[in-house]
Amino acid sequence: MAKTILEMDNITKTFPGVKALDNVNFKVEEGEIHFLVGENGAGKSTLMKVLSGVYPYGEYEGDIVYQGKVQQFHKINDSVDVGIAIIYQELALFPDLSVYENIYIGNEVKHNGIINWNQTIVKAKDMLKKVNLKVKPETLIKDLGVGKQQLIEIAKALSKEVKLLILDEPTAALNEDDSENLLELIKELKKQGITCIMISHKLKEVVAIADKATILRDGQTICTLEKAKGEIDEKTIIRHMVGREMNQIYPKRENHEIGDTILELKNWSAYDGQLGRHVVKNADLKLNRGEIIGISGLMGAGRTELALSMFGNPKNYKLKGDLVLNQQPVHFKHTSDAIKAGMAYVTEDRKGNGLFLLQNITKNVSASKLQGIAHHGIINNNEEIKIAEHYKNSLHIKASSIEQLVGKLSGGNQQKVSLGKWLFAGPNILILDEPTRGIDVGAKFEIYTVMNELVEKGLSIIMISSELGEVLGMSDRVYVMAEGEIKGELDSQSADQEKIMELATQ
Amino acid sequence: MKILQETQQLIKDNIRDYGMYIALFVIMLTFNMMTDGTFMSSRNISNLLDSAGYIAVLAVGMTLVIVIRHIDLSVGYVAGFLGAIAAILLMQQGLSIYLVIPIILALGIIIGLANGFLIAQLGIPAFVASLAGMLIFRGALLKVTEGTGTIIVQNEVFNALGNGFIPSLGMVNARHLLTIIIGVLGVLFFVYSELKTRHDKVKYNFDVISVPIFAVKLTLISLIIAYITWILAGYNGFSWTLMIVLFVTIVYHFISNKTVLGRQIYAVGSNPEAAHLSGINVKKITYLVMGSMSMLAALSGILYTARLQSATTTAGMLFELDAIAAAYVGGVSSAGGVGKVTGAIIGAIVMASLTNGMNLLGVGISYQYMIRGGVLAGAVIFDVLTRKRGK
Ligand SMILES: Nc1ncnc2c1ncn2[C@@H]1O[C@H](COP(=O)(O)OP(=O)(O)OP(=O)(O)O)[C@@H](O)[C@H]1O
Ligand SMILES: [Mg+2]
Repeated sequence: MAKTILEMDNITKTFPGVKALDNVNFKVEEGEIHFLVGENGAGKSTLMKVLSGVYPYGEYEGDIVYQGKVQQFHKINDSVDVGIAIIYQELALFPDLSVYENIYIGNEVKHNGIINWNQTIVKAKDMLKKVNLKVKPETLIKDLGVGKQQLIEIAKALSKEVKLLILDEPTAALNEDDSENLLELIKELKKQGITCIMISHKLKEVVAIADKATILRDGQTICTLEKAKGEIDEKTIIRHMVGREMNQIYPKRENHEIGDTILELKNWSAYDGQLGRHVVKNADLKLNRGEIIGISGLMGAGRTELALSMFGNPKNYKLKGDLVLNQQPVHFKHTSDAIKAGMAYVTEDRKGNGLFLLQNITKNVSASKLQGIAHHGIINNNEEIKIAEHYKNSLHIKASSIEQLVGKLSGGNQQKVSLGKWLFAGPNILILDEPTRGIDVGAKFEIYTVMNELVEKGLSIIMISSELGEVLGMSDRVYVMAEGEIKGELDSQSADQEKIMELATQ
Repeated sequence: MKILQETQQLIKDNIRDYGMYIALFVIMLTFNMMTDGTFMSSRNISNLLDSAGYIAVLAVGMTLVIVIRHIDLSVGYVAGFLGAIAAILLMQQGLSIYLVIPIILALGIIIGLANGFLIAQLGIPAFVASLAGMLIFRGALLKVTEGTGTIIVQNEVFNALGNGFIPSLGMVNARHLLTIIIGVLGVLFFVYSELKTRHDKVKYNFDVISVPIFAVKLTLISLIIAYITWILAGYNGFSWTLMIVLFVTIVYHFISNKTVLGRQIYAVGSNPEAAHLSGINVKKITYLVMGSMSMLAALSGILYTARLQSATTTAGMLFELDAIAAAYVGGVSSAGGVGKVTGAIIGAIVMASLTNGMNLLGVGISYQYMIRGGVLAGAVIFDVLTRKRGK
């Protein structure tokens, strides 16, 4: 029998107003790949933060037994010292520093307090080899894609002689290729004896590589499924996660009517002065009333840039071509013009540019349409609260109250606030950029249902997504982008994974 | 007991706000005891509030500047320079005061918009842009006072802004009548608006604090307003400075809490990119906040010049640091998006109380600086600690 490396006994952790963990038990054996799954806000990230010392000993109840000893981590470095490394949901790299500086930051190669940079670079090269990444150690982080950045995070963990590696939704921001890559690496690390705890909402991954999966619901352990016993399949996981059967991932849409063209791009190009290249090139695109179009493509294909160039052009690209709304060519000077014209854009990076993390749910929801709750510029606070309550309930946002700061919500719930904020703006055209990133299956279903309801009411949706399944499951038509160009258009009948990937990698 | 629990919860939720008021209360009480009652005498309180005036208006503007993640180091010498210009226009050009004041405020706005241009349009860090402004206006102040040195202002109306009091309309029991009337109106207005807010909330079925606690809160705050009014009515009544500061506070408090504009300011501070994508014009907000800052600097200059009844060559020195300190004591956060106008006023009063009290006690100037520095550090430490645990 394998040795137990970690046992978390009866862990309870409360935040003001929420019991995030309620007597959680969690046991991991040496050398296994153990997944933690559960709905948004189930407490997965919190459990891992307890383990890594982010919430130090004394702030939680229960015991952490690691390598046979009860551990009391007072700070993060205490857990690092015994070989536990965690990679957080949000990447923690320094964009303006080089790869090697990032790998060894906080763990510098030094003699008598003086850093030996040459040796650092040599060692960094070793680490990069271990994660199968072919980049120069001098490259700046900001010049790497997210997939590679994620690998750098792992290299950083490996440089600290890690025995237990924790990854919190590492593939959430990755496309299929990069995800595959990462999963391969994890299997590789397993062979070298590294134990791995992974949090993911992508159940395919769980089925593919998990040895065990522990399921959390509402801060409690539900069960641990084992591959060896043949218990790990999507259906079983979902059943335990949401506490009921779920037979479909994509809700059926009532056959809906597709109306006239509401938005059209003609020979549309956007030039990014800072990058010195075109981010969108000669795009032609059509969106009809009551339609969902999917925009697929690899990371960096120019999908987000396309959305921004339409949505009031906040990045100040040089634009060429026509944007036609309701048969009228339009020129937006500012995002506010786009909003007035009935557009809304739910950003891909909710923390970076989607939400006001230090403000509560109420203020976030109302931010994109303050006029809607004001008379003569004076805000009606009560109206505002009512609206926030409405979206909290209708989108099932899990929070202690609408007064809760958005920065303290779990990732998935933040995404719902982001969506609520834009639904309140009452758009005709809704652009969703990776709408289900980091969202659990149940919530995904809810968001898809909302999308369907919206198009039934005559809204039109542009959905940018790296998840092929969702693009295929939800779209009426699919555009595939690569290198800033639209490489092809597929209708829902003829679209399939192969065709999309073929166009995307052309 | 339920009421006890509710009180505890309230204190826990609002520890940062209450902490500041409690600190002010403790400081005042301590000084009062140490000076055998001189500190809380009508005359001294009146004096103290007046001496806080020109920093308080700066602190209000500075709070909003810090909320949108900028800083303005130029406000001190802008105040000094515009104060001198006011004196020149009044004394050397013989302009009417009713012309001079709008001109000075308008000049302030123009200076602020220039700052806004550097920061919003050209993307220069506010620290550097306003540092340049600080040097430029220091030079400008020296230049315009070069020939004359200190300019004495002999204009009663103007000087009254810094030293004068509102008319009494008669005395009752040796108390200033108009002051008492304003105080009573203030209490009535406060009670009315609290009741109305509560009534609205009940109408919408929202949670409200329980009746006994609400009653205690109403009584307590009414008593404080009444007490301050009573004290001041026993001397010369409300000063013009105090009325101006009150006016500025009420207007800015209203704008920042109740209006779309205010919400946009806080949104920009909280996350500029998200604000932009929410359709908020970040540049416009930057212009507005910087413009308002320098307008308040102009007002500060007017108040200071009027208080000294002259424009000096060193006027405005270190005002910016006092204003920044007051804003931080008042709970603004340099991470952006957090900070209250009322906090800034309390912060300014805390700092002025310290200076005033220590002066009464005859504490040496060297210790005064150290103690004020310590209080500033303490306030920010308290802030950081309570915020960490906050909701
Ligand atoms: N710092 C905090 N303050 C208050 N509440 C918090 C804090 N951090 C987390 N919570 C709450 O604890 C609960 C668990 O959150 P956690 O982030 O662990 O969820 P999660 O399972 O990782 O969800 P997701 O899949 O969405 O990332 C949530 O209800 C969340 O709102
Ligand atoms: Mg999480």
